[in-house]
Amino acid sequence: MAHVSDRRPWTFYVLAVIFTLFVLFLYGPMACIYILSFQGPNGGLTFPLDGVSLDWFGALLHQQRTGDIAGAFSRSVPLALVVLSLTVICSLAAGLAFRRRFVGAGLIFYIAIASLIAPGLVLSVGIGLGFQMLDIPPRWYSSALGAHLTWTLPFGLLIMFTIFSRLSRSYEEAARDLGATTWQTLRHVIIPIVLPGLFGVALFGFTLSYDEFPRSWLTVGPYNTLPLEIWAMTTNVTSPALYALGTVTTVISFFVIAAALSSIALIQSRRTRRRVTRERELQAGS
Amino acid sequence: MKLAVPAKAVPYLEVAPLAIVLFLFFVIPMAMIFAASFFDYDMTGIIPTFTFHSYIELFTQRTTLDLYLQTLKYALIVWAITLTLGFTIAYFLAFHIRNPLIAIGLLLVCTVPFWTSNIIRMIAWIPLLGKYGLFNRGLMAVGVVDQPVQWLLFSDFAVILAYVYLFTLFMIVPIFNSMARIDRSLIEAAIDGGAGRFRILTEVVIPLSKTGIALGSILVITLVMGDFFVVKIMSGGRSASVVMGVFEDVNLLFYPPAAASAVVLLIIVTLIVSLILRVVDVRKELTGER
Repeated sequence: MAHVSDRRPWTFYVLAVIFTLFVLFLYGPMACIYILSFQGPNGGLTFPLDGVSLDWFGALLHQQRTGDIAGAFSRSVPLALVVLSLTVICSLAAGLAFRRRFVGAGLIFYIAIASLIAPGLVLSVGIGLGFQMLDIPPRWYSSALGAHLTWTLPFGLLIMFTIFSRLSRSYEEAARDLGATTWQTLRHVIIPIVLPGLFGVALFGFTLSYDEFPRSWLTVGPYNTLPLEIWAMTTNVTSPALYALGTVTTVISFFVIAAALSSIALIQSRRTRRRVTRERELQAGS
Repeated sequence: MKLAVPAKAVPYLEVAPLAIVLFLFFVIPMAMIFAASFFDYDMTGIIPTFTFHSYIELFTQRTTLDLYLQTLKYALIVWAITLTLGFTIAYFLAFHIRNPLIAIGLLLVCTVPFWTSNIIRMIAWIPLLGKYGLFNRGLMAVGVVDQPVQWLLFSDFAVILAYVYLFTLFMIVPIFNSMARIDRSLIEAAIDGGAGRFRILTEVVIPLSKTGIALGSILVITLVMGDFFVVKIMSGGRSASVVMGVFEDVNLLFYPPAAASAVVLLIIVTLIVSLILRVVDVRKELTGER
């Protein structure tokens, strides 16, 4: 084992090569489409590059040449943000519930697992049928929101399980013994401890919704979200505009991840700073 | 604000939002599909009666068995590949990288492509695998082949490659998570006891990462069995999956046969998952109950 002796065993080098190859496997095709999105105006879908241009990014803005990309963005991002918030709130609450015994815990757990494993397209058909029977027109902010939650909530719940399994119940008991109400315990003890995990749930909630295609299929109604627009493009558009769209969506995802990671870093540093000042105050007081 | 909530009611209130959402948007829609599978239909729409017509049609068609076997074949092959690959990579990150921060950093490197649309990531293979794609150009330039290799794109190979590409991460993360929680002193004890590398792997690491293996397997198998767009694009119409059949039926507004096929698929998927859950009690492991 690596950490026992200081010399690395031969298995380390074999595994390191496998890992490197895997990373190349992951990034190679992506790098290709980033490069190809700068294809010259007369270039095609494959290499070689026929000059370099930003034409295909420009094409994204013209509805007649591609789809309604800007409109799809303006729906996908708010939808993903709502899914993110509801996923964090519902999975945190449910995660707390599962720390105690209650009737129906097993049933709800298995419903959540079933919801995780049900094919997204089948669920989409079911929700579509339901809205049709109730005569409610499906929309991205109603039926599609619900459809996305059936996928993000079980994920969030499983992540909360792993977070809470590492959190000793004695923290809550100590808070309660000191006279904190349930709400105070949650606000001042539990949430600060599990905050980094909650960011993980949030990030998952956002990206799973932002990228969800099968569950959106029959549930978005007349206005497409981004993955549906991309799907339509794969059949209609045979130009590097498709790759340009890939590059743009990746850049946006990067901004979201960067925002999430830097807010975690910000909270951590603020915490350390607060602890340092408090320690100084204590020293000055004594 | 002070709410007088009896302590016993608290867990019920806490779980209520999740339970309500899952009931409205999962349980009821699934019940709708189940009901619709017994309905009849014609050119104008669905006729709410009770008939086994769709099931009889499903079970008497010759293509049905082929379709399910095809889907199961993909699921099995992809599961074997992603499990091997995912386990190896998780093992490398968890046990061979000494600094846990670097391990998490390398894990993040693996997750970054995941933030791009799956459809786009899949399409990214086309300029590589196509008849005049990079691979074929490379092979011909080196002189390995004279003619472009045809089976690289629009084949079973391309479908499986795309699945592995898209879903291996779902195996790596849960297995890494389990492995990171293994107490390192157990491994040192095994070394002190004279266990070799292989015995540590089979008798310590694998049993202790079984929750991650089970979760990863559930995710990968259900993702493959629920897929239709990878098969549609990467096989170029030469292959199909059960859900693709559902997709095409619904496009023709043939809801009852689509629903019947979905119900049968759901039963198969549930059986596979309960088999996995029977081997590993994921909930007990996750919540840390003993």
